Amino acid sequence: MKKVRLLEIAHARSGDKGDTSNVGLIATRPEDYPLLVAQVTAERVKQHFAEICLGKVERFELPNLGALNFLLHESLDGGGTMSLRSDPQGKTYSAALLRMEIEVPA
Amino acid sequence: MIRIANGQGFWGDSLEAPLEQVRRGPIDYLTLDYLAEITMSILQKQRARDPRMGFAYDFVQMISRGLGDIMARKVKVIANAGGINPNACRDAIIDVARKQGFAGKLKVGVVAGDDIMDRLDDFIARGIALKNMDTGEELSTIRSRVQSANVYFGAWPVVEALHGGAQIIVTGRCTDTGISLAPMIHEFGWARDDWDKLSAGTIAGHSIECGAQCTGGNCQVDWQTIPDLAGIGYPIVEAEPDGTFTLTKHEHTGGRVTVAGVKEQLVYEMGDPHEYITPDCVADFTTIHLEQAGENRVRFSGIKGRPDTPFYKVSISYANGFKASGVLLYSWPNAFDKAQAADRILRERLDRLGLKFDKVATEFIGAGGCHGLQLAGPPSPDLPEVLLRIGVRSQDKAAVERFTKEIAPLALNGPPTVTGFGSGRPRLEEIVAYWPALIPKTALQPVVSVTEVSA
Repeated sequence: MKKVRLLEIAHARSGDKGDTSNVGLIATRPEDYPLLVAQVTAERVKQHFAEICLGKVERFELPNLGALNFLLHESLDGGGTMSLRSDPQGKTYSAALLRMEIEVPA
Repeated sequence: MIRIANGQGFWGDSLEAPLEQVRRGPIDYLTLDYLAEITMSILQKQRARDPRMGFAYDFVQMISRGLGDIMARKVKVIANAGGINPNACRDAIIDVARKQGFAGKLKVGVVAGDDIMDRLDDFIARGIALKNMDTGEELSTIRSRVQSANVYFGAWPVVEALHGGAQIIVTGRCTDTGISLAPMIHEFGWARDDWDKLSAGTIAGHSIECGAQCTGGNCQVDWQTIPDLAGIGYPIVEAEPDGTFTLTKHEHTGGRVTVAGVKEQLVYEMGDPHEYITPDCVADFTTIHLEQAGENRVRFSGIKGRPDTPFYKVSISYANGFKASGVLLYSWPNAFDKAQAADRILRERLDRLGLKFDKVATEFIGAGGCHGLQLAGPPSPDLPEVLLRIGVRSQDKAAVERFTKEIAPLALNGPPTVTGFGSGRPRLEEIVAYWPALIPKTALQPVVSVTEVSA
């Protein structure tokens, strides 16, 4: 096994709903989807976003799209209009998740 | 088959896209999304100043520029541009149409009844609490600060306006998905309980509601090679009566329609994918089957859904204090250290002034501004520059106002090699916050009207 960034095997898009950010993570090749399911757990995503996500992380599976959807609660400083962040809607959190390292067959 | 095009992903999107959608190839319907969460409270203030205002005037200007082609090509236009004054928006459209010689040739529909600002106390008295969906709090805690209150209607009132012969339809608060689903219901005669087809049309609407974000815009896969983003084509759904559809764009336009790019849009603003709740149905995103069906064509099939819920969603906006953010740009060497020092100094000055804030937030742009220092890693002392951005939030307007005057002095009395304060003091903003709630569908009715342009 070797470690790679998610960026190497997946792509993503993020959006907002109130103070919750959603990050959709998509396997670039469908055959890599099981790697995402096994390793990109809600717990790991919560750790990864420790500085950003103050609430819980929920994960949903979309095997038909080879995708996982994460809800990062309390991640936007109160949400769109309240937020003092440069990225009040978490538009760049998709890329933030792609920084995570996972193990893939060598 | 009917072609439904989206020409506007939000208020502020390309002014040319809707006209290009009409002119660059065949479409039957043009749908336009103008209303963001914040829009309603802005429009409420505009109407308070002038009773003829309070809608997305960009839409009227678009109609003014494009009406000749819209009429010649018999395109039907549906836009949630009515804001909190959809009748005034209709009157402005009728005025434009009359001036352009379309009297007797055009009917304009309105979907209203979504604005419940004046009925809030009545609802509360009837036991409809409008509690905050997220926190469970009672509306009474913010009642006096409410600035707007609108119900999200879905496709059915738009269908009623289409049945009435309207060629241009203006709605108040209406779901982005509903304005694209409505033409399918109208043309194909889908039933109110045909949940799979209604869900398919809803997912078609979701796919195109953000404009070019499904045709190569904001796309991470191979973004460097996506052709001609300057001339990006906006999306078109080719919908079939059986609920399958193909997402594409006009020929000879820029961008790219691929399965990978469409997947990115599908997961955008997604909650629980099994339960995408709209006023029309509950769509299940885990049933979507996608396939590349030719260049710039993605076919959707297999979509399933479930019955709608007994509630409409309500979006209430209310005043919730003040905020301001300011920036200072620090150059190499040790740009990050300088910005950090300036942040400490500024915070100390705010403390010594005795100012109270709900929050003071600092970002070091160029050194983790987007993702934070934990993910971005320790900044190099050789960074060419770092932009210090400090924001404050408070219920106390005077405190925020005083903060806006404390940034610029650091140009002369803080760490060295600083610039970027040239645009003046930061702007104080009133915060408009959101209060999501639910209301029983039986508590109110949409108000649909169709008016012919008279001479």
